[in-house]
Amino acid sequence: MMELILVSAPLILRGLLVTVMVSAAALLLGTLLGIGGGLSLLYGAKPLHWLARIYVDVARGVPQLVLIFAIFYGFPALGLQVSAIVAGILALGLFCGAHMSEIVRGGVESIARGQTDAARAIGLTFALCLRHVIFPQALRRILPAWVNTAVEIVKSSSLVSLVSVVDLTMAIQQIVGRTRAALLFYAVAAGLYFAVNFTLSIVGRRMERRFAHG
Amino acid sequence: MYQFNWRPVFDNFDLLLKGLCLGLGIALLALAIGSVIGLAAAFGRTHGARPLRLLAAAYVELVRNIPLLLIIYFVYFGLPLLGVGLFDNLWSFVLSLALYAGAYLTEVFRAGIEAVGKGQIEAARAIGMTRRQVVRHVTLPLMFRVALPALGNTFISLFKDTSVASAIAVPELTYGAIRINVNTWRVIEVYFVAGLLYLGACYAIAALLRRVERRLAIIP
Repeated sequence: MMELILVSAPLILRGLLVTVMVSAAALLLGTLLGIGGGLSLLYGAKPLHWLARIYVDVARGVPQLVLIFAIFYGFPALGLQVSAIVAGILALGLFCGAHMSEIVRGGVESIARGQTDAARAIGLTFALCLRHVIFPQALRRILPAWVNTAVEIVKSSSLVSLVSVVDLTMAIQQIVGRTRAALLFYAVAAGLYFAVNFTLSIVGRRMERRFAHG
Repeated sequence: MYQFNWRPVFDNFDLLLKGLCLGLGIALLALAIGSVIGLAAAFGRTHGARPLRLLAAAYVELVRNIPLLLIIYFVYFGLPLLGVGLFDNLWSFVLSLALYAGAYLTEVFRAGIEAVGKGQIEAARAIGMTRRQVVRHVTLPLMFRVALPALGNTFISLFKDTSVASAIAVPELTYGAIRINVNTWRVIEVYFVAGLLYLGACYAIAALLRRVERRLAIIP
C-alpha cells in the first residue's frame, strides 16, 4: 500500500497543484468581478446596474458545468481559442464573481446609512467615504461569506476534469483506473480536498478575528 | 464567421425537455432522502450522546468539504471495485446527491431546531407532554417553518448540481445538450437553450417556493 502511494505521489501532487492553481485563479477573477459587480449593483447608473443584475442572475442560475462546457466548446466556435484550463478558470471565475457581487452588495448594504451620512457631512468625498468608512466595516461582514464561496470554488474546480484538465480528481481517476485501489485513493483525494478547504476555513477565521479587533 | 442555425436544437428539443424533467425528479428524490439523513443527523448533533454527536459532525464536515464529483466517482466506480455493485449510473447519482444533500440539510435542520425557543419547550413540558410529544408537536413543526426558505434554496442548488450527472451518462439536461452538440455541432445554440432552460426552471421553482413560504409563514 505504501508503495502504491509513493509511486502515485508525483501524479497526485501535480493534480493537487492544478486544483489549487485553478481555484486560486478563479477566486482572484471572481473577487475582482465581484467588487466591480457589487459596486455596480449598489451605485451604478441605471444601464450599468441592470447589466450587473443580468450578469449576476444569469451566472447564478446556470450550473457551473454548463458554463464550463459553453466556454470550452463555444469560444472556439466563435473563433476564440481557449485551452481547457483557461476555459475552466473563466467559467468558475464568472460564477464566483456573481456570488461575490451579491456578497459585496449585502456587506455594504448592511452598514448603517448614518455612517455614509456622517462621513459625507464631515466633508469626505464619495470615494474617500467608501475607502475609509464603508469598506473597512463591510470587509468584516464580507469575509465569512468570501471563505464559504472559496470553499465552493475549490470543490467546483473538480468539474474542470470533465473538459480533460488533469486536476486532483482526474489524477485520482487515472490512478484508480490503473491500480484498482479504489478505497485507498478516493480516501487520499477526499483527505486532500478536505485539507485544502479546512486550511481555507482556518485562515479565514484567523483573519476574521484580526479584523474584529482592528 | 459562425452561422446560427437553431433548427437542429429544436428538432431534438425532447432530449432537453426530458432531461429537465429527469433532473427535477432526481433533485426531488435526493432532497427527500437527504432530508431523512439530515433530520437524523441534526437530531444526532443536537440531542444525541457524545459519540453520535461526533459522528454526525464528522459526516457533515467531511461531505461539505469534498467535491460532489468525487462522491459520485466513489459510488459509481469505487463501490463496484470493492464488491458492492448494486447501483446503475442513475441510482449511483441519486445516492451520491442524497448523501451530499444530507450534509447541507443537517445544518439547515440544526439551525431550525436551535431556533425553537427554550421557553416553548419548557412550556410544552410543563403542560405534561412527554419528550417524544414535544419533539413531534412543538420542535418539528416550528423547525420546519424556520427551515423552509433554506430548504427551498437547497432544492435549487441540488437541481443545478444534477448537471454533474452527465459525467456518468445519466440522461439529464446537460447530457442532452452534450449529445445534441456531438450530433449536430450547434455549440452556441444548444448551450444557450440549455442555459435558458436551467435559468427558467430555477426562477419558476424560486417563485413557487416564495408562495409556499408566504402561506406557511408563522407571522403572515
